[in-house]
Amino acid sequence: MIELDGLTKSFGAQRVLDGLSLDVPDGRNTVVIGYSGSGKSVTLKCIVGLIEPDGGRVLVDGGVVGEMSREELAELRGRIGYVFQFAALFDSMTVAENIALGLARRGHDRSTIARRIEESLAVVELPGTGDRYPAELSGGMRKRVGIARAIALKPRYILYDEPTSGLDPVTSAVMDQLMVRTRDLGVTGLVVTHDMRSAFRVGDRIAMLYEGRIRQVGTRAEIQASDDPVVRQFIEGRPGQMAAAAPRRAPG
Amino acid sequence: MTHDSRLTTYSPPRDGFITHIGRRSLETFRAVADVPTWSPLLVGQMRRLGVDSVPIALFIAVFTGIVLSLLSSYIFTGAVPLYFVGALVGKTVMMELGPVLTGMALAGRVGASIAAELGTMKVTEQVDALETLAYDRNAYLVVPRVLAATLMFPVVTAFAMAVGVTSGWITAVNLLDLSTPEFFKGLRMFYQFKDIWFGLVKSASFGAAVALMGCLQGLDSKSGAQGVGQSTTRAVVLGCEAILVLDAFWALVLL
Repeated sequence: MIELDGLTKSFGAQRVLDGLSLDVPDGRNTVVIGYSGSGKSVTLKCIVGLIEPDGGRVLVDGGVVGEMSREELAELRGRIGYVFQFAALFDSMTVAENIALGLARRGHDRSTIARRIEESLAVVELPGTGDRYPAELSGGMRKRVGIARAIALKPRYILYDEPTSGLDPVTSAVMDQLMVRTRDLGVTGLVVTHDMRSAFRVGDRIAMLYEGRIRQVGTRAEIQASDDPVVRQFIEGRPGQMAAAAPRRAPG
Repeated sequence: MTHDSRLTTYSPPRDGFITHIGRRSLETFRAVADVPTWSPLLVGQMRRLGVDSVPIALFIAVFTGIVLSLLSSYIFTGAVPLYFVGALVGKTVMMELGPVLTGMALAGRVGASIAAELGTMKVTEQVDALETLAYDRNAYLVVPRVLAATLMFPVVTAFAMAVGVTSGWITAVNLLDLSTPEFFKGLRMFYQFKDIWFGLVKSASFGAAVALMGCLQGLDSKSGAQGVGQSTTRAVVLGCEAILVLDAFWALVLL
């Protein structure tokens, strides 16, 4: 289980996270929605130790991320797959080499690595693309390779950073199916997105991040029935009080 | 748990410049212990940073030798026996111009290349991706480049020394009134083995500094093409400045 307990984070004078607390239960997809720049990606990066929060704690399976040694942090990252917003594939490597990199780090032998590459590319429906370079793939294919790279490690958790942004509706639906299928394989998912269609398709629980903290969290049905004006405005995509609801822009 | 002892954490520069460079150098030094990560990458970096730099280094060395030969002849004529041309060409190429000019050229080529590559990786989140795969960014990206440059700059410089002296000799024989035995008489007259290792030790330190500046500036890149461009420029400028500072340092310490 991932627990976020009172996270705060500022960049200069901008307070991006302001006491964010959220539990991510095992075996389910939790979706965090919120405006662009509201700190969703920062939250994910705090979980894997890429960004150190100013205050609060991140606990993964009971361990406090900020107190981990080098070895413990490396081990933690072995349990968490991370799908980046723009895939972040290593552009000097082929698709297969991208997937193999994390597996090699964990000491798998060549035959296991080759098998895992095939399996993970099959799951994302990109068989036979192992020899291609990221530059030869479409945006949607790159994101699916990003998922393949994450699931090849057989992680306990996968963090998805805006997995459907910039994709056409059909490719977005494919990505959503992949996230649901991955959850069905027993992997806990934490998805950050501002794509409400995707959030409702993927999320077992949905939390809205607003002004640095969780405004509301609940099941899909609870969020759809929410009477909170901020939540309603966001899920309905109404301009209205946009200025009042404008996020404090966060890097990443 | 202090920030520095963590495996990898995003850490924008917030210290003074020297403190920042020192802290990041220390992190790199610690990462040397992670041999399984950097060792498979070392040979590729040695080829890329060293072998591929030989043509530009030799090009510079050829013309340095020619100019030195002609210049020393111009200075010595009527005052000093002309065979001293060999001494001046040899001493200058081996001890100073070979290492420094090669270092400067490679600061442009190698430093810029490293900063642009790592800067692009940084702004496209490839560095973050590497860390989420449980790699230490310093062990994977910085250590192999710094070690490769430290090992290969002296090799490239050694070629540049040989070619610089050879071009000076050919110039002296063909354009000056100097025979081959006279040139080598001058060359041997003041030669000491220290001339060579002094130049090679310097060039090793230049390699380390140039690669380290390239890596650190690249990894500190701000978002966007402009940020990467600024990092690349800074890497080249800082690399050249580091070469001049180290050059003076070694002259003070070893001469």
